Amino acid sequence: MVKEHSNVAYQVMWNRLISVVEEQAQALVRTAFSTSVREAGDLSAGVYDTHGRMLAQAITGTPGHVNAMADAVAHFIRRIGRQNITQGDVYITNDPWEGTGHLHDITMVTPSFHNDVLVGFFACTAHIVDIGGRGFGADAASVYEEGLYLPIMKFADAGEVDQTLVRIIRGNVREPDQLIGDIYALTTCNEIGHRRLIDMMQEFELETLDGIAAFILDNSRRATLERIAALPRTQASGEMTIDGFSAPITLKVTLSIEADRILSDFAGTSGLDRKGINCPLVYAKAYACYALKVAIAPEIPNNAASLAPFEIAAPDNTIVNALHPAPVALRHIVGHFIPDVVFNAFDKIVPSLVPAEGAGCLCNFQVSLRPRMDAPAPADAVRREVLTFNSGGSGARPEHDGLNATAFPSGVMTMPVEATEHAGPVIIWRKELRPDSGGSGKQRGGLGQYMVVGAREGHEFDIQAMFDRVDHPAQGRRGGGPGAPTTIAQDDGAKMYGKGKQLVTHGRKVMMAFPGGAGYGDPAERPRESVMRDLARGYISAQTASEDYGLSSADIAAVQKAITKGENI
Amino acid sequence: MQKTSVRLGVDIGGTFTDVVLEVDGASFSTKVLTTYAAPENAIIDGMHQVCTKADITPHAITQIIHGTTLATNALIERRGAKTALITTEGFRDVIEMRTESRFEQYDLNLNLPEPLLARQMRYTVAERVDARGDVLIPLKRSDVEAVVAQIKTAGFESVAVGLMHSYLNPSHEQMVRDVLAEMMPDAMVSLSSEVSPQMREYERFNTVVANAYIKPLMKSYLGRLEGRLKDEGVSCNIFLMHSGGGIISIESAAEFPVRLVESGPAGGAVFAAHIAARYGLDKVLSFDMGGTTAKICLIKNQTPKTSRVFEVARTYRFKKGSGMPISIPVIDMVEIGAGGGSLAHVDAMRQIRVGPESAGSEPGPACYGRGGAKPAVTDADLVLGKLDPDNFAGGSIQLNTTSSEGALTAVLGDVLDMDAATSAFGLAEVVDENMANAARVHAVENGEDLSEYTMIAFGGAAPLHAGRLCEKLGVDRLLVPPGAGVGSAIGFLRAPFSFEANRSVYMRLSDFDAGKIKTLLGELQSEATGFVRNCAPDATILSEFKAYMRYAGQGWEIPIILTADQAANPDAATFEQLFAEDYAKLFGRTVEGLDIEITVWSANATTPPEQVAKVATASNKTAATITARRPMYDPALAGFQDSAVVLRDGMSEGAEAQGPAIITEDETTIIIPTSRKAIRQPDGCIDVTAKG
Repeated sequence: MVKEHSNVAYQVMWNRLISVVEEQAQALVRTAFSTSVREAGDLSAGVYDTHGRMLAQAITGTPGHVNAMADAVAHFIRRIGRQNITQGDVYITNDPWEGTGHLHDITMVTPSFHNDVLVGFFACTAHIVDIGGRGFGADAASVYEEGLYLPIMKFADAGEVDQTLVRIIRGNVREPDQLIGDIYALTTCNEIGHRRLIDMMQEFELETLDGIAAFILDNSRRATLERIAALPRTQASGEMTIDGFSAPITLKVTLSIEADRILSDFAGTSGLDRKGINCPLVYAKAYACYALKVAIAPEIPNNAASLAPFEIAAPDNTIVNALHPAPVALRHIVGHFIPDVVFNAFDKIVPSLVPAEGAGCLCNFQVSLRPRMDAPAPADAVRREVLTFNSGGSGARPEHDGLNATAFPSGVMTMPVEATEHAGPVIIWRKELRPDSGGSGKQRGGLGQYMVVGAREGHEFDIQAMFDRVDHPAQGRRGGGPGAPTTIAQDDGAKMYGKGKQLVTHGRKVMMAFPGGAGYGDPAERPRESVMRDLARGYISAQTASEDYGLSSADIAAVQKAITKGENI
Repeated sequence: MQKTSVRLGVDIGGTFTDVVLEVDGASFSTKVLTTYAAPENAIIDGMHQVCTKADITPHAITQIIHGTTLATNALIERRGAKTALITTEGFRDVIEMRTESRFEQYDLNLNLPEPLLARQMRYTVAERVDARGDVLIPLKRSDVEAVVAQIKTAGFESVAVGLMHSYLNPSHEQMVRDVLAEMMPDAMVSLSSEVSPQMREYERFNTVVANAYIKPLMKSYLGRLEGRLKDEGVSCNIFLMHSGGGIISIESAAEFPVRLVESGPAGGAVFAAHIAARYGLDKVLSFDMGGTTAKICLIKNQTPKTSRVFEVARTYRFKKGSGMPISIPVIDMVEIGAGGGSLAHVDAMRQIRVGPESAGSEPGPACYGRGGAKPAVTDADLVLGKLDPDNFAGGSIQLNTTSSEGALTAVLGDVLDMDAATSAFGLAEVVDENMANAARVHAVENGEDLSEYTMIAFGGAAPLHAGRLCEKLGVDRLLVPPGAGVGSAIGFLRAPFSFEANRSVYMRLSDFDAGKIKTLLGELQSEATGFVRNCAPDATILSEFKAYMRYAGQGWEIPIILTADQAANPDAATFEQLFAEDYAKLFGRTVEGLDIEITVWSANATTPPEQVAKVATASNKTAATITARRPMYDPALAGFQDSAVVLRDGMSEGAEAQGPAIITEDETTIIIPTSRKAIRQPDGCIDVTAKG
């Protein structure tokens, strides 16, 4: 007999499912090996019904994974074949087009059985530090050079782990123990989600998830469609140019608000780059969807129904719809800029809601340290790979300044410098806010940051740069000024580039300044107290206070006096 | 008659100051309103009240143990001293840049909390120590003098010093202190290598800044308190409850006031641990629910679980990441915005949401009849028949059921097409589910299965919801101790003298250095023991050791408990085995072939726990006297049930009430769901268990 459930019971179950996937994500953070997962939270976790529709997703995680993984389970069901799905199975892939956009993301799916009947799936994704190939960076000319490819397949078949697969993986990556550790962490986290789900089904006497799935999806769909219906039924385009690698990239989008969907059409966007900054459509869609959802329906949880009305189109082999075998390792660079270009269009439809452009992509770099080769190295010199995530400033909002050195749209965290310095013989000499980098405006753009990186005595290194906005800083909105561009050079002045692997010889340091967010509104309208506060804190210099905001020399002197007296402004 | 032990426990909370006096086992308590301007006034007032009840003079008191939210409130309300930070050149903005992330990804208008010290209050000196503790750039005394001269001119009262990797090599921080002592002898100084010698600069710097920020305030308060108590004839020693669940001297508290943060809730956990000891329970979930928040803590082997870092002053719906991290030894608990005053609304998905917004005491829930128009948890409890409108808080507040029904219907029922009772059921279910989820996530993070646990509930709202929570969590047994309204203050009187010293020293098992570990743990032990010896010169002092271990490359350590012998004779194979056992227990399986690393070491010195007499559970069962009957909603049965009303004071030892039942007392009401029965134990605890 199927038990009838009240509205209240379904409300409780929905809350429970969100809690279940949060437990799933926390288990992953605690058991993962890659710093990108455990320190920076570059992961996602979710539960799906038997049709592969996502019902709930962990709050912990980052938008690129969140929205991309939503589509992944349907691919797994199709590739594995329903008749081949058995208890104890665990599936794996890092397919950029059927997973989350590059080979460095491992997605694992576990079918969930209750009373010997398939009731749903758990999936999770994590960014791992190495997958072999050329290493994490932009330098490959095709996906074949970017590392080991794992098509959708069984990692465990009825509980039996495929040892052949494990040996192949171990034999093809730089840090085999860590990667296998991460794969087990992903398996464990799905297992924990499954156990909690079964507890819930027993408590509520559920035989299937059909009832709760319908309740979640119906309510989410209705709520999302209500938000879309409240928008003007119109079209608008936005455009933005960024550095790219081989040549500048134009991103163009046309938003069409329709009765029951919003279409983001990227026709007019640049073609592929030769190097690995191309973006599969699934990842571009994830960020286009994030941008629209955060603007119009921020509190509606992510699930198949709340994501479905946000549709995307892009011509084949534009840089936001890179097809196999394009190189895609650094697809996040283009992906992280998608919200800025979507906002540029959306602002024409609904003014005064979305921010000005920001730093966009994370300011990440990986250093490959090794004993110096130009002279005898000390005996304790070592080889190490160290990856860091860092952020520039976010764009100013209509009513608020941009956030200083804070990731947007990405949801990841930075790693502590002290922890990074334990990971290898790297020295971070400086990591602090970059004054005068936030675009001027009634609301100021968020500040970028300075970083200076070197190696411990006896080491040299390659730096794999993954920066943009060197030649194309963030542009302001409604009279707001641009953010400061990215700069990178060696401490002796030697030129360096925003992208690619570059040698840094013994004793040299890399001096980096990450971009600021752009301003919003006319700087002349910025309240005098805010300008004085920014000057007191050193967010802006006296020169900027005077030139951009017209602060009087008397006010500037007053601020400087207050600082010497230790007064807060 | 000679009084051997007269002890006073005092807990200053946000609304009330709770005072408990124990005279040779007899207990006297009172609640007085907290006097914000001079918190010591409420203590003196409360002390006289309980002394009068006990018929003694303050002079007879042999020991005072004090815990307070003043430190927490000073951080939340930003009422600290004029404070400067001296830090490493290149790292001026560590406390401002935080983790460079947004704790809420779906809010375009999100603002991050301001750091305690604005940027112009943060000074830098050229120096650098590396991750091995070696000096890369020596600190020049003249550079320090130049910075201190500026700080002096600016008139700062308190100075925090936080330098990179100082937990490995504190010499530069110590040089800064020497210069400060010479040039600014009146300034208070806090070093990160002393306050929180742990790796991760954001947490460590923030902790030393918080300590410096509240130090002048707390030092002055503690000095005044000592003076006032002396004037009232008190001649005994005064001790402070710290966040880790132990007691330290008033001098240590004044030096490290950040350790007093969350001392009240820590007292609550110690209270629950004491009840656990009385009943010989090794797995207890303490559940404390008040007006605005609920706190949940795991207590294993009669010891509250501790952690090395926590967050205070969460600014955004109690959301993780929206506060500031403090890395000190602390009792590990989850706090969520769910209390009797938490308000409900319906969101875009037509889901009922409850909290964290709270009605507070003004206007209060709709049923208070003071203009509250939104339904609170208390309104739902009233409409569901869990509360008696004529006997709330001992009859001091008349509750209005019609107002509750009106608010429930207007805000929930009209939107969701439900009547008032169903709306109340929905509200109560959502808040209970929120608390149950918080407990489940906390348990899974600790690798625990709650179905093996017993719940101990205290705080005004907890006994109303604990029964349902047990049903949701599959917990079979619930204890509601007497005196639950002043649980924290009672807990202070049960706490041992204790101090935990931590240090980050990185080591791989493949580079195991037994000599170094032995020396390190020995130093930590003598540091911790020193603090306890100060308080209790003659007591036996026990030491506990922990190593925080993980697979090389992981980010989360698990604490491995070492015996004194294992600490004195460290051995890599033993360490590995202990780690593997705990890891497998937490996460199901170990990972073969990976190196293991140790990141943090700790020694906890403590006086032995009080010998607790086990309660002989009541054997002669009698039916409790039923004073009335009224309908009460049972959520598990989704309907009103005719329920017995029983007075707690009227329950003699062994008296048993079958659910559905309502056990009333002045401070709270204990709800017994239909699935449970309740028996009064000899120590006054109401023991609620599953029927059958």
